[in-house]
Amino acid sequence: MINELSRRRFLFQAGIGVSAAWASAHWPELVAAATHAHQAAQSGAAYKFEFFTPAEAAEIDALSARIIPTDDTPGAREAGVVYFIDRALVTFGSGDQQKYRDGLPELQSQVRAKFPGVEKFSDLTPDLQDELLHVIEASQTEQTPARRLSSARTFLEALRVATISGFLIDPEAGLGNRGGAGWKVIGREPAHSFQPPFGYYDKDYPGWQPAPKMADKE
Amino acid sequence: MKIEQLKYKTSDEVDFVIIGSGAAGGILAKELSTNGFRVVVLEQGPYLTEADYTHNEIKVLGEDLLTNHQKLQPTTFRKTPQDKAKQQRALVYGRSVGGTSVHFTANFWRFHEIDFIERGKVGAIPGANLVDWPIRYADLEPYYTKVEWEIGVSGLAGASPFDPPRSKPYPMPPLPVKSSGVIFERAAQKLGWNPFPAPMAILSQPRPGRSACVNCGFCLSFGCEVGAKSSSLVAAIRVAEKTGRCEIRPDSYVHRIETDARGRATGAAYFDRDKNTHLQKAKAVIVCANGAETPRLLLMSANAQFPNGLANNSSGVVGKNLMLNSAAISMGVFEHPLNDYKGFAVSRILHDFYELDAQKVGFYGGGGLDGRFDATPIGFALNGLPPDAPKWGSAFKKTLAENYTRTMEVFSHGTSLPREENSFSLDPELKDAWGLPALRMTYKDHPDDLKLAKWLNDRALELLDAAGARKKWSYPITEQEFAVHLLGTCRMGNDPKTSVIDSDHRTHDVKNLFLCDGSSFVTSGRGQPTMTIEALAFRAADRITALAKSGEISA
Repeated sequence: MINELSRRRFLFQAGIGVSAAWASAHWPELVAAATHAHQAAQSGAAYKFEFFTPAEAAEIDALSARIIPTDDTPGAREAGVVYFIDRALVTFGSGDQQKYRDGLPELQSQVRAKFPGVEKFSDLTPDLQDELLHVIEASQTEQTPARRLSSARTFLEALRVATISGFLIDPEAGLGNRGGAGWKVIGREPAHSFQPPFGYYDKDYPGWQPAPKMADKE
Repeated sequence: MKIEQLKYKTSDEVDFVIIGSGAAGGILAKELSTNGFRVVVLEQGPYLTEADYTHNEIKVLGEDLLTNHQKLQPTTFRKTPQDKAKQQRALVYGRSVGGTSVHFTANFWRFHEIDFIERGKVGAIPGANLVDWPIRYADLEPYYTKVEWEIGVSGLAGASPFDPPRSKPYPMPPLPVKSSGVIFERAAQKLGWNPFPAPMAILSQPRPGRSACVNCGFCLSFGCEVGAKSSSLVAAIRVAEKTGRCEIRPDSYVHRIETDARGRATGAAYFDRDKNTHLQKAKAVIVCANGAETPRLLLMSANAQFPNGLANNSSGVVGKNLMLNSAAISMGVFEHPLNDYKGFAVSRILHDFYELDAQKVGFYGGGGLDGRFDATPIGFALNGLPPDAPKWGSAFKKTLAENYTRTMEVFSHGTSLPREENSFSLDPELKDAWGLPALRMTYKDHPDDLKLAKWLNDRALELLDAAGARKKWSYPITEQEFAVHLLGTCRMGNDPKTSVIDSDHRTHDVKNLFLCDGSSFVTSGRGQPTMTIEALAFRAADRITALAKSGEISA
């Protein structure tokens, strides 16, 4: 078990978070996936999914739209995340296929158990979708023999990482994160060259002065 | 901008073969070729340049564009020599021409006088193998200055009351201050501490062929596309190539140093890109492969004359006394946007706690703090929010949108005590993609290192309080299982029984074999080793040149 600080030094400070769940990533395929999502979103034409059936894609789209919802700003849906994930699962993210194959049906069986008469996650209202996701999330702390819960959770965690990656990947040169939607949401300007002042706190900086204590000594 | 260069034949007995093109190897290549020697540099990784670097975090980090490859080069870890090691990623190092200096943060702190003489001052520490260096700060000072002027370091001389003596100011002013730096500076001054502009190996003014920093914000972990970060590639290797006497040979994975009947090194055997083996002959061999790969190579070069590994007969400490530097990270969120994703990582640091009084604090050690932001967008979303932040949904999105521009880190860097049982060695079972023994790391922090990390982190939290952070938190401080700084594994010393190299970087056991990189360290310093690796490399080049010219290497 890598300890938290090391993991942070490695995953966050070294910024490698994506590789945990997407360890088999291959860059060319990733670019292809992102470009794919980009084109699919731009063309407006019917998109042919490669891993998901259209019905499954609708479920993934609904799920990723709960992870990063569309509200007063764009969400996973506007960033074309479902296309990104579809492409990923037949290329660099293929190691995650089983999680989706096991997890999505398990999640749907929970939909039926909790909401009799409803077959699909995407048929629920957003409020009910969130309610179900909270139940699955809360089950993390329970001692439960229910394998279904655990495979649904594993799937949801993989989907969360994938959704965030598809939402925030560098949009430059058309590489996904459609229209830079994700970066707009987090407030990152798309340029790759900046001049000071950078932020609120450095804008009126008068210049470096030694600490008063030190100056007093002199 | 790769410079056309000569090619030596492997059968040409060049003056020096240098293994590794990073912080130390690049500088030794520059200095020795400038001094008239014929040099071949064998680099394990590819020859990537500015045009190959990219801001995409998945290519760089997920795919190990610039670093040791987690799949091709698996590693193992265990806490103590009694444990069986388990496969896990144990370390990261640079694996392209320029080595780790391509992607580092570029914090360039000199060691202080105390770092060389601390054992004499504090005495023996139970459970540690702390000794003094055979050289002093004064021996290295001219070379620190050389690093600053030749490689390119920005900073403000005299800004820290704790700075050691220096013979010249920095060659260029500090980089601009970031919001994290202003917050750090004001809070630290309020607490009576002495923050100052961070010395950074990043250009604040252009140099021939190199731009000043354009503040792109993809700095730590990334290669610099404008040559502003002072990697050994842009600052040293290009000079070496222009001499017409130095060949940089990439994709050359050295797996064995060959020796003759007299016990002298004859050259380096390596795999080329297609896994064909070659032997580059040389009059002398200099290993600059980093604190993990240098001892691994010596251990892999064992033969009948050197059964415990090359240059390991007298001491048996090759690979031992590994130090990583203790570390801790606290995060603060502020009311207004810092936009700290713009620019390089660090603009303000402080050294008030460089030398703590063990009698007062109850443990050995010391360190420094820096204010920074170094997270990539995906990395931040996955790992940079407070532990109680929502993980998904509108609340997650709102927290992410709020925090991304308003977060900064206070990073604590400190000493590691050397312990002989902490090591890099050859895994007895696991092999890499070339069929070579995988690196095995054994590491358990000395208790004082963890106490120091906690103590420094408490100061970081105090600072964030004084700064008025509206939220703050820390990553848990636990025993380290992952190595970034790779130090002490072929330590320098006067006694062949307890050290691997002498103060000229020559191995005690093989007279034409030299080692220079983080493995040469005797103590860990306070968390920023590269400046000292480069100063040692400049000094080693002078020493090796003198030995070669007086005929002492070939004798």
